Amino acid sequence: MAQLATAKEGGAVIKAASSSGRKPFRLSTLMSIVGTTPMIATAVGVFVICIIYSFVLSFTNSRIFPAFAAENFVGTDQYARLWSTGRWLISVNNIWFFGLLSIVANMTAGYLLAVFMDQRIKAEDWFRSIFLYPFAMSLVITGLVWRWILDPNYGIQATVRGWGFTEFAFAPLVNSSTAIYGLVVAGIWNGVGVTMAIMLAGLRGVDSEIWKAAKIDGIPAWRTYLFIVLPMMRGAILTAFILQCVGVVRVYDLIVAMTQGGPGISTQMPAVFVIQHITDRSNVGLGMAAATMMLLPVIVLLGVQAFAQWRANQVKEKA
Amino acid sequence: MMTTETLASSAVTGSRIEAGPRGAKPKTLTIARVGVYVFLILAALFFLMPLWVMVVTSLKAMPEIQLRNIFQWPQQITFEPWLKAWDTACTGRDCNGLKPGFLNSVKITVVGTAISIVIAALNGYALSFWKYKGANVLFGLLVFGAFVPYQVVIYPLIIGMREIGLFGTFPGIIIIHTIFGMPILTLLFRNFFAALPPELFKAARVDGAGFWQIFFQIMVPMAVPITIVAVILQVTGIWNDFLFGTVFAGRENMPMTVQLNNIVNTTTGVREYNVHMAATILTAAVPLAVYFISGKWFVRGIAAGAVKG
Repeated sequence: MAQLATAKEGGAVIKAASSSGRKPFRLSTLMSIVGTTPMIATAVGVFVICIIYSFVLSFTNSRIFPAFAAENFVGTDQYARLWSTGRWLISVNNIWFFGLLSIVANMTAGYLLAVFMDQRIKAEDWFRSIFLYPFAMSLVITGLVWRWILDPNYGIQATVRGWGFTEFAFAPLVNSSTAIYGLVVAGIWNGVGVTMAIMLAGLRGVDSEIWKAAKIDGIPAWRTYLFIVLPMMRGAILTAFILQCVGVVRVYDLIVAMTQGGPGISTQMPAVFVIQHITDRSNVGLGMAAATMMLLPVIVLLGVQAFAQWRANQVKEKA
Repeated sequence: MMTTETLASSAVTGSRIEAGPRGAKPKTLTIARVGVYVFLILAALFFLMPLWVMVVTSLKAMPEIQLRNIFQWPQQITFEPWLKAWDTACTGRDCNGLKPGFLNSVKITVVGTAISIVIAALNGYALSFWKYKGANVLFGLLVFGAFVPYQVVIYPLIIGMREIGLFGTFPGIIIIHTIFGMPILTLLFRNFFAALPPELFKAARVDGAGFWQIFFQIMVPMAVPITIVAVILQVTGIWNDFLFGTVFAGRENMPMTVQLNNIVNTTTGVREYNVHMAATILTAAVPLAVYFISGKWFVRGIAAGAVKG
């Protein structure tokens, strides 16, 4: 690029003051910086400074407004308090349970649907549209609809009882030990289509020679799908998995619309916990300690991924 | 794989995998094929059921809802709930229905989509052709930002917005959507521009074109397809947003999703489920329309969004 910068631009070159060996600072570079000011502001201002700000606040006893005076710094008190707060402990339990169950169910159902979609079926586009349309709608809508369907007095339970099965019981949301399953069902309804689409694209990307070979071997189709093709789709699986993880950590709208954390505090989640503490409960210090804990798994996950990539490069270099 | 070679000669063993997708199109309807369709149709019914329930509930009058048959088509169709949801449903004190929220959402979505896409396109362009020192670090931070839970940065942003007087204002919510749309959109545009033949850029440079000239005269016209994907992604994303709307938009600019939630969760008075469902469909209408009109583009948008891993 340096060779291409013609004499035309020569006048605009501002020589780096001291060292003559350095690349000259060009007008176009300045323009590039000007053009990306919003990006600089966001990357540094939001994803560095805001995170540090939250982190620092987690060591203070801030209530509604940030308090940075010396006497406000309370060390790790907020973290100690956080981990002895029942509401938070339940939130953490819930997010693990909800996360594991939804991800496993979503990936299994998504792959199953993709496999069935892969059978040279008629009207594939129709099925695809039907499986995917819930994803276009917000989680608020998803939550409200499913809350209505699962309503104990008017929903599925009441309807089936009306058909004569008077003992029929299916109203997970009113029971604190089952409410979380209701959330999982709604979440899967919303998001499984995406997993299906990603998995289907992965299936279609598998070399057709594999299929011919498996066919010649007389391996049944289901075994081919499960033991030969599935391990070959690492990319698609990883993509779907990461997408799910990000969604799970952020789950907020669904809870607010569907259970509001209830019954009681049985479906509290970390994301809801943080928002409650910076708004209604006005306990910013504690809320920020919780937010920092939410960031932790993300950093660990990204760290592992970076390490895996580094290792892969290392291996590649050796070979 | 070894067995493949050894068994290759031992001939095809029969009909066991005729349902495999790579085989010839089966002409006869075997039990396996019937099973495939039964499974897919059952799955489709599960996915369609909530939509069906929403529609039939919204078309019933309350007395019919009291009959407790959530799946049944209304004996007497009424559009009253729809009118009420749009025009007079109450959220606490106000009884103006969803229409103010609808207008707010349209404004926020249109302006937010336009601004965030222009900025992201510039970012992607600069990151592909005009890398300055530290540009890669910035990009890395942005990608990291795609994974950061919103709750970690939301409070500092509230404070910051308050400091500059934009908390609870229209520009405030636009800035927030621009910030949180930036990681994925920038990635989208960067990947697109980076895949263009570099000769295109070099030729323009030789002709003496600068940063802005190349962007507006060469890159923008070429970026139409990726822009369509970005528009779909942002329109559905901003329209469906709930968290930022609740926190940053303020009463005056409350988006439709927030208003919907308020209507449904208003505890005063009789709960009108038919109105709630009509309101839900109305709120879902825009992203659903985008989905059905854009078709394959929507899937492409999701796939593009998925590559952020």
